[in-house]
Amino acid sequence: MFRGAVHLCAGRGHLGRRLSTLRGGSALGKVEGTGGHHGSGVPPVSSCVTFRTWDPGRAGQTVGQLGEGGWAGKVSEIKKTLQSVLPGGAWNSLYDTSHLPPEQSDVVIVGGGVLGLSVAYWLKRLEKQRGAIRVLVVEQDHTYSQASTGLSVGGIRQQFSLPENIQLSLFSVNFLRNINDYLAVVDDPPLDLQFNPSGYLLLASEEGAAILESNVKVQRQEGAKVCLMSPEQLRNKFPWINTEGVALASYGLEGEGWFDPWCLLQGLRRKVQAMGVHFCHGEVTRFVSSSNRMETTSGEEITLKRIHEVHVKMDHSVEYQPVECAIVINAAGAWSGRVAELAGIGKGPPGTLQGTKLPVEPRKRYVYVWHCPQGPGLESPLVADTSGVYFRRDGLGNNYLGGCSPTEEEEPDPENLEVDHDFFQNKVWPRLAWRIPAFESLKVRSAWAGYYDYNTFDQNGVVGPHPLVANMYFATGFSGHGLQQAPAVGRAVAEMVLEGRFQTINLNAFLFSRFFLGEKVQEHNIF
Amino acid sequence: MHSLNLVAPVWNGVTKSIRDLSSSVAPKGSQKKGKRLLQFLADRFYDVEALREYLLQKQVSKVHQENRFQGQEWIQSSGRRPSSLELLSFQAVPVESVDASDCAINYEGLDNLLALKELQSLSLQRCPHVDDWCLSRLYQLADSLQELSLAGCPRVSERGLACLHHLQNLRRLDISDLPAVSNPGLTQILMEEMLPNCEVLGADWAQGLKSRPEKQSQDTASPTPA
Repeated sequence: MFRGAVHLCAGRGHLGRRLSTLRGGSALGKVEGTGGHHGSGVPPVSSCVTFRTWDPGRAGQTVGQLGEGGWAGKVSEIKKTLQSVLPGGAWNSLYDTSHLPPEQSDVVIVGGGVLGLSVAYWLKRLEKQRGAIRVLVVEQDHTYSQASTGLSVGGIRQQFSLPENIQLSLFSVNFLRNINDYLAVVDDPPLDLQFNPSGYLLLASEEGAAILESNVKVQRQEGAKVCLMSPEQLRNKFPWINTEGVALASYGLEGEGWFDPWCLLQGLRRKVQAMGVHFCHGEVTRFVSSSNRMETTSGEEITLKRIHEVHVKMDHSVEYQPVECAIVINAAGAWSGRVAELAGIGKGPPGTLQGTKLPVEPRKRYVYVWHCPQGPGLESPLVADTSGVYFRRDGLGNNYLGGCSPTEEEEPDPENLEVDHDFFQNKVWPRLAWRIPAFESLKVRSAWAGYYDYNTFDQNGVVGPHPLVANMYFATGFSGHGLQQAPAVGRAVAEMVLEGRFQTINLNAFLFSRFFLGEKVQEHNIF
Repeated sequence: MHSLNLVAPVWNGVTKSIRDLSSSVAPKGSQKKGKRLLQFLADRFYDVEALREYLLQKQVSKVHQENRFQGQEWIQSSGRRPSSLELLSFQAVPVESVDASDCAINYEGLDNLLALKELQSLSLQRCPHVDDWCLSRLYQLADSLQELSLAGCPRVSERGLACLHHLQNLRRLDISDLPAVSNPGLTQILMEEMLPNCEVLGADWAQGLKSRPEKQSQDTASPTPA
């Protein structure tokens, strides 16, 4: 039956003409392809042929009136099968492959969290021609149950010490403010991020005061609206703070606060799907790459690798799909280290470039929610204490959430996301009650845990290509401030992929090579 | 030196919010039917899809352009219409109050208002584009602002109201009729706590409370009423 259809198509003399008018205003239009082809820039070759040849019921008339009884169902079935048979379709005579990712993709993004989706968005937005780049996002858990994005506290601040971090955050807050301009999808309602512009308040003790002051100077130079407060000003403005031990505080006046990370994630997902990015639910298990032994200018021999295929394994089965790709983006968050190892990064004698691993590992952080009827009022910013404890309000009902970063010795086991309530009792509450006396009486309502994609080297992001595995780009390692920098980092990585260099924000300080060269770009304020 | 009270003229042009944009792209005729037809076409023709997205983007950017504050063009003194020459003579006069009700002012347009360092009274009633982000910029008027009205602004929520705590000189604040505030009664109480010297108008604290049904003989635990 199908062979007959193929002969019919081949026989038609005007077939060649039809094909050439595929993109512009073809009278037969486009047809949604099977499986992973929806929305891609090039419609399947078979589209126009299907309409013309296989229509015995209405000879001569164009199909398209899909609203007429059972015949419509049959027509679409036959259409689907025909498309899959002819070249370009995802047909496999043995079984249905529609749940598998496409066999080829220009860019494969490992990780579908906010960073991965941001890179996908900017790649599609900055591509030179509509549909020029085929992007595939591979996410192992479509419920995002362990993804850092959804479990995040959702804060955004410009109070960093590195100018690059400040610029990333400034652009991101602009992105969030104009989110409905960037992520507008036709016929869909606008996004409501539930942004609280309440600002961050960082408290510094005597030792940290000088650093805080120089940080604020850098932040103001970059354009952030931050002010310094003395203990007396603190007492006047926020009388619920115990200012003992506080020498100086910095307060963000504009562009800082917290928002709903789920909303950003869903908004990006929706927009990115509308732009034609393919999604795949699976796990990356293998990279197939080719190596080239090259000599550097100084005569050293190094091995350059290029990834050719990504093996994506489906959930709960051994079935996998090899996806041919040109570029791989590692945005796997807490699992980036594992993905990098799969690509062979770090497999070599230690101390060499080959032997330099990607120093990103998952670190578990707890967030507790409590209720305190006499707690700080509506004006309360996100307060970060000298001891590392932080908290913020959550809604109108005097609920607060917060936590504390553990010291190296106290680091919990990142094997699972179980919450340790004793940590709150022993480490968080005493310091909290010391700084905010009203918190001496509070009641913990709930708690959860999430991962930081913790960069053990210098707690700042890794962005850009790997020097040896030439087509793997990183967008990970942000150690707890990835969400707030995601829009800007996505743009930077897209620029690097499309243009070969950073164009708007210079992130050369965050390249992978710093791990080998030992150049730490340390941030002074991560908590 | 007389003070200057500024009133915005009635805005004739139709300023569309983003929510109305999809309706503006649909063809004439029954809106629902038109929308469905357009969706059907957009699913089948890449060109129609691209055109719709382009029009959407144009509408979205048009909203911002129309709102660009044209400086002095819409300033009129209440009561009389001065010629532009007279207006120039007002340059040195500090502006004390601005009534920008129903005006399509947005985040960027606020730049012009925030430059008025002696502003005492600001009315932003029913401004369709004033949202929480705009409110987070008002701290710059903290030294002088005494009266602020946000009544009827559809995008202002309690999250934006929380950043009004910078305005310590505020004496009157009108937050009535804000549809985006989730709990007006509770917000009113929290705002009053936040700004102790300010008279907060608008939401009745008893608004969110429901009256309990009368319980007389069933409740034996309570003491007998006097």
